[in-house]
Amino acid sequence: MNERIRQALAEHARLATDISLLSDEADLYRAGMTSHASVNVMLALEDFFDVEFPDRMLRRDVFESVASIRAALSELLAGVPS
Amino acid sequence: MSVVVERDQALLDAVLAIGRDVAAPNADEVDRSARFPVEAIAALREERALSAFVPVSLGGGGVSFETLARCCFELGRHCAASAMVFAMHQIQVVSIVRHLEADSWFESYLADLAAEQRLIASVTSEVGTGGDMGRSIAAVTPSADGGLTFEKQAPTVSYGEYADDLLTTLRRAPDAEPGDQVVALTHRSQTELESTGTWDVLGMRGTCSPGYVVRATLLPEQILSTPFARVAAESVVPVSHILWSHLWLGIAQDAFDRARAFVRASAKRKPGEPLPIASRLSHLLSELSMLRAEVDYALREFVNASEDPGRERLSTMAAALRFNNLKIAASEHAADICRGALDICGIVGFKNDTPFSVGRHLRDAMSAALMIANERIHQTNAGLLLIAKDI
Repeated sequence: MNERIRQALAEHARLATDISLLSDEADLYRAGMTSHASVNVMLALEDFFDVEFPDRMLRRDVFESVASIRAALSELLAGVPS
Repeated sequence: MSVVVERDQALLDAVLAIGRDVAAPNADEVDRSARFPVEAIAALREERALSAFVPVSLGGGGVSFETLARCCFELGRHCAASAMVFAMHQIQVVSIVRHLEADSWFESYLADLAAEQRLIASVTSEVGTGGDMGRSIAAVTPSADGGLTFEKQAPTVSYGEYADDLLTTLRRAPDAEPGDQVVALTHRSQTELESTGTWDVLGMRGTCSPGYVVRATLLPEQILSTPFARVAAESVVPVSHILWSHLWLGIAQDAFDRARAFVRASAKRKPGEPLPIASRLSHLLSELSMLRAEVDYALREFVNASEDPGRERLSTMAAALRFNNLKIAASEHAADICRGALDICGIVGFKNDTPFSVGRHLRDAMSAALMIANERIHQTNAGLLLIAKDI
């Protein structure tokens, strides 16, 4: 899953730093991801994993790092009621 | 009556009186001369209205956000420039209060603000960012003596020359990304404002908002610890849009009241005769009611969402869409209503010296679409709509 998240970030987040140089915990906004770019990251992840992020997850902090995105996706894929 | 309600009512009564007795008589002259509304702001200071939202424990008025919004509406009915200065100051105060940490520099600052009735201006827009408040070029920069400095090219700073303190958005450090922003508060004595332009504009002339190069020195504790992105989502953006909308509604309300007075005067002159403008006034009331409902509903949603633990609802895309849309709708409808009032009043509305003049209202309301350009907000919303679910 990490690899797929990182690929979506590489394609859509428009980071100032190469994603491979960032840890899972690194703050993506500080690395240059704009809110506009984060929308495209979300769309790409929804498409690939065939999930929909509910509104409660469409928050800045959920898309802050690879780790926080992974936590949100894991919850969705595990079928935890949203 | 509880203490809280009494405090709120006392402020509202005072602001009503200031609007009627101080702001209104000076409004035309403030507009014509494009001068700062000194009388109204002095009167608001006298009533300790500048610290109305500061907690009582810090010497402030401790009033509710709803009361503050109502004050913006009431001032907007009489002098839009006075209302805008009051609203912009309160946006800064509310943002600081909502992100306050115990025993911080900002806590003692708020106590000073209450004691001295200090006025805060904001330096958020920047030359070269294309009007995007979420990005900065200017950065907090360490200086040789261990302090911090910054230099920011601001295209407009409302009432900067009259403010005691300035709240400025900046990149966190010289090597930070444009979106990695913090907000710093500097006293006027720490800040140099080098004027880069004039303020001869169509409306909101009394806000005195020319451009400046802003240079300041500051201490690290004068930077709010919460990142600006969070302060913006939870406070600055919704609070700005709500308080602005209330004062735009006030402008529209007064334009409507003037049109109504004109229709009544016409009806009295020719009792019993058909009066086409009476029906146009009824159409205008429908528009005004819609605007009132939109503004009021957004206020209630914000207050409710603010009570959630962690204010999580305010950080969602649905909330961003909600308050962005309030701004677009209120700014457009307020100007439309002023235009409708002008259509009803005709030449006496067009003239600047009749009881039915609405030229100033129309010009002031037209600024609304430009304060964070509506087209830019539409672009943001277009992106959010792709992903938000529950609109």
